[in-house]
Amino acid sequence: MAINWFKYSAPSTFYGLAGKLIPWFALSAAIMFAVGLYIGFVVAPMDAQQGEFYRIVFIHVASSILSMFLYLIMAGYAALGLIFNTRLSSMMATAIAPTGALFAFISLWTGALWGKPMWGAWWVWDARLTSELILLFLYLGFIALHASIDDPRRADRASALLAIVGSVNVPIIYFSVKWWNTLHQGSTIKFSGTSMHVAMQQAMFVTLVACWLYAIAVVLARVRSIILERERHTKWIAELPEVK
Amino acid sequence: MKPRQKRFVFIAVAVAALAMAVGLVLNALESNVNLYFTPTQVFNNEAPHGRSFRIGGVVQEGSVKRANDGLTVNFVITDTHKSITVVYKGILPDLFKEGKGVVAQGKMEADGMMRAEEVLAKHDENYMPPEAADALKQAQKIQAASNPAAAPVAR
Repeated sequence: MAINWFKYSAPSTFYGLAGKLIPWFALSAAIMFAVGLYIGFVVAPMDAQQGEFYRIVFIHVASSILSMFLYLIMAGYAALGLIFNTRLSSMMATAIAPTGALFAFISLWTGALWGKPMWGAWWVWDARLTSELILLFLYLGFIALHASIDDPRRADRASALLAIVGSVNVPIIYFSVKWWNTLHQGSTIKFSGTSMHVAMQQAMFVTLVACWLYAIAVVLARVRSIILERERHTKWIAELPEVK
Repeated sequence: MKPRQKRFVFIAVAVAALAMAVGLVLNALESNVNLYFTPTQVFNNEAPHGRSFRIGGVVQEGSVKRANDGLTVNFVITDTHKSITVVYKGILPDLFKEGKGVVAQGKMEADGMMRAEEVLAKHDENYMPPEAADALKQAQKIQAASNPAAAPVAR
């Protein structure tokens, strides 16, 4: 059976699909969070150097990874919208931005809470921390720019350029600990493997999956509202049971 | 070319040009983006004179000396090649330990010591339970005893 993928690039068909998917993603996110936090706080042993403090990695690392990946996905959707002039791609980019900003903020916030007891400072202007802060500002700039232009199609095009330009920051964040001297430690998860105890690894992996599932559920819910708002003059929306 | 292809090429070229520009800027900024200087760089006169900067390295084993006032600490930061003595009056972070990473900010004194205003601990990216860390230490000791030349450098 051939699946017509382009069928779901139309907001009218994607709206229904997203609505069906949201409960599954939300439910599995809740389960994975519970499992991940249980492994992280009960099963995983304490760390030889940092004692119990290191346990903040289970939230910190997942949200940092999400903040970077979501930015790339957002920029990818924005580029698709710009190139193919598809409405749904731009709506997806707009829907991802607040979740990405949230994860960037959580990453910075938990990092500060971790830095004070371990390093001795809430904040240091090292390359890793500064580039992650720039990422948060790029998200906020994207949201603000999109909101400041009244015509949604023009807003899509202007903010798409900002998103695409800002994507050069993501590799800088990732490689910052390699390229420069930073107070932030190097990557624990590398392409060559992980320098972490097995139970800690599992907790980190499960919370990472949970964050992904949460992000997908929230983005789908948000894109549904955006579709409703932007397509409100169309016939198919007027015929929706929840609108009637 | 269709307009869609034109837009794609435009974006691809713009991103490539921007990446190159950012790369060149970062390359030019390189020394300023680094958070700290290593002791070797300080000996090579790469660190600023007469103003505050940061030195990073490892606290040399057996070098931490506390003064009688209970607050002033003397220790040596080393990169295993060169080392610099640091004087610091204040509370050290919990992770501050001999053989572990440290970043100290302050001014160089005329006697070649750094008077630090701030000392930060730098931990590594390895996470393991205390038992595993002990086992690793034991294994290193045995290896060092049997083959002193190839002893791993404590980090």
